[in-house]
Amino acid sequence: MRTRWTVLLVLTLLLAGCTGGGSDSGTGRVTLRFQSLAWQEESVEINKELVREWNASHPDVKVEYVQGSWDSVHDQLLTSFEGGEAPDVIHDASDDLADFAYGGYLADLTDLLPERLRADIPQRSWETATFGDGIYGVPFLQEPRVLIANATWLKEAGVRIPTPQRPWSWAEFREITEQLSGDGRYGVAWPLKDPVSATLNLSLSAGGQLFHRGADGKVTVRFEAGDEIVPRTVHDQVGKDGSAPASLLGSGGSDTLPGFFAGRYAMVPLGFSYRQQIVQQAPEGFDWQVLPAPAGTDGLTQGVSPQTLSIAEDSPHREEAAAFIDFLLRPSNMVRLALGDWMLPTGTRALADPALHTPKDDWATGTALAAHLRPAPAQSVRGYPEWKDKVATPAFQEYYSGAIGLGELRERLEEDGNLVLARYQR
Amino acid sequence: MRTGTAGRVGQYLALLAYLVFLAFPFLWLVSTAFKSPRELGSLHPTWIPQEPTLANFRQAFDEQPLLRAAGNSLLAAAGAALIAVLVATPMAYVIARHRTPLARAATGWVVVSQAFPLVLVIIPLFLVLKNLRMIDSLPGLVLVYVVWALPFALWMLAGYVRAVPVELEEAAAVDGAGRLRTLVSVTAPLLAPGIVATGLFAFITAWNEFFFALVLLKSPEKQTLPVVLTHFIGAEGVADLGPLAAAAFLATLPSLVVFAVIQRRITSGMLAGAVKS
Repeated sequence: MRTRWTVLLVLTLLLAGCTGGGSDSGTGRVTLRFQSLAWQEESVEINKELVREWNASHPDVKVEYVQGSWDSVHDQLLTSFEGGEAPDVIHDASDDLADFAYGGYLADLTDLLPERLRADIPQRSWETATFGDGIYGVPFLQEPRVLIANATWLKEAGVRIPTPQRPWSWAEFREITEQLSGDGRYGVAWPLKDPVSATLNLSLSAGGQLFHRGADGKVTVRFEAGDEIVPRTVHDQVGKDGSAPASLLGSGGSDTLPGFFAGRYAMVPLGFSYRQQIVQQAPEGFDWQVLPAPAGTDGLTQGVSPQTLSIAEDSPHREEAAAFIDFLLRPSNMVRLALGDWMLPTGTRALADPALHTPKDDWATGTALAAHLRPAPAQSVRGYPEWKDKVATPAFQEYYSGAIGLGELRERLEEDGNLVLARYQR
Repeated sequence: MRTGTAGRVGQYLALLAYLVFLAFPFLWLVSTAFKSPRELGSLHPTWIPQEPTLANFRQAFDEQPLLRAAGNSLLAAAGAALIAVLVATPMAYVIARHRTPLARAATGWVVVSQAFPLVLVIIPLFLVLKNLRMIDSLPGLVLVYVVWALPFALWMLAGYVRAVPVELEEAAAVDGAGRLRTLVSVTAPLLAPGIVATGLFAFITAWNEFFFALVLLKSPEKQTLPVVLTHFIGAEGVADLGPLAAAAFLATLPSLVVFAVIQRRITSGMLAGAVKS
């Protein structure tokens, strides 16, 4: 008898599940689905708040907030696109857009976006989301890689503190980390779980390009003098100077924080937004500061892949979606989004906001770096994900751990790499 | 042959090591769930939180609709388990008792179907469900879970059916019971532990499943618990560790409770001595 009741209950609940949901069809009201990848408490709240504000002021265009996840966004979007069920407004990052843009899944925003927004975001940022002749995303948040430093340690060691105006050179950085090391303590800890994007993005400062586009539009890999500086610095810090622990090379940024707080590492190269975790987790009285990453022949230049907002090609309400993006990215709203994510806005008016120039939590140091951010070198290269996974990641990992030398690194990146890229460029 | 004291001690030590191996991640999860962000950033983590806090639970509930997601997961998992058992039991009986070419082919197909990776089936499955207008619906997800769990459930149940001596059914037939009566009164009760174990397997598989739920459900109000848990993970794998651990701890509880309640029914030796061999 009891079993029968259980069966009945489950079936009833299932039926209840069937009848949920609903649509606005027939009411003449447009409903847009906005899939956001915001995940930190403040950021989720601000995104939801902005959606509420939009809905309150636009009764004819209702926006539905859909929570996505960075962890699975690519697979989830790919399936949604294939099935014609993609959200109308899509939050992602510019380095994830190439396949979707070339695959025809994203709408070309060139004629959809208002002039205000086009003019507000610098051309170098637009380039991160430009594929072929079209713009497939609005870049709106970005973060430089910075050195988060134990301020007390650096002060006591008496080293020169770099500023965006007078940064360290890569050679100086290496010397200083060596000077700071000893007795089981290290000048720097490199969390290089994803060694490729970190290396390539930082290499722009030393004039590294790695990917070279020929007159025929085809891209080839060439590992030249400028590309060597950053990898060699890391390699020597780990293998020769003993100023960076080898044990952390495979770690993510968060994994370095306990050692950083415990005074094992003087500096950790991390994304600017890691400050939020540091504020939350640092022991009381721990004095930390943000320093610019070292500079090379091209100064403080580094590559970034900004977060983007795109519109699905299949969306029947592209104009409304573009209007919503325009609303989200009004300067004041962009500032709110930036503060919520602890990142920098791409918009010039938002970037000028005093809230982002305060010395508190070293916002000002990061903001001063914004002008040096360029599109990550590889993101528009077709075949980059495969090159990265199959060739570059293992090659860099082996080089950093000392298993192979610079010659073999070059050989693998170029020879194996060009074979992979050639398949995508036939 | 009697096991010596040293052997017995060794056995218990091995068992203890295995228990520690199994319990370690869960206990660590519980410990993490009650730690403050500052303690989570400590280089020397402790098992017992030094300043236990419920803030992670509060934040997890504030940020994500955990209860609603748990309700959806429960519906999907219970529905899938129930239907999988209802469908698999008669099929397993036929496969185990009737050794026809068709039964052999079905068994082969069950084995082969296990070889298909998830990524291979997800897009065709998505399109099929879309045509059936079952995308973004819990019944659609239940259907997928049933299909996904069915081969293994069938395989498992067929083993249980084979373990029921056919002589018992023959004895019932001799006593005048018809086929249906035999099945209901003799075979089914003896299969109960197997059915429960299979249901449990289907339930836990569906309860923990992530990818189908991620791809097939669009509306936030229909998302299941594993999907909602990923919302605590940010770009480059950075996680909001405290709330994630708190939510993950809560998410494991139903599985544990279901298992604790049901495991008593998975008794062995019910058939011992049923027939002389």
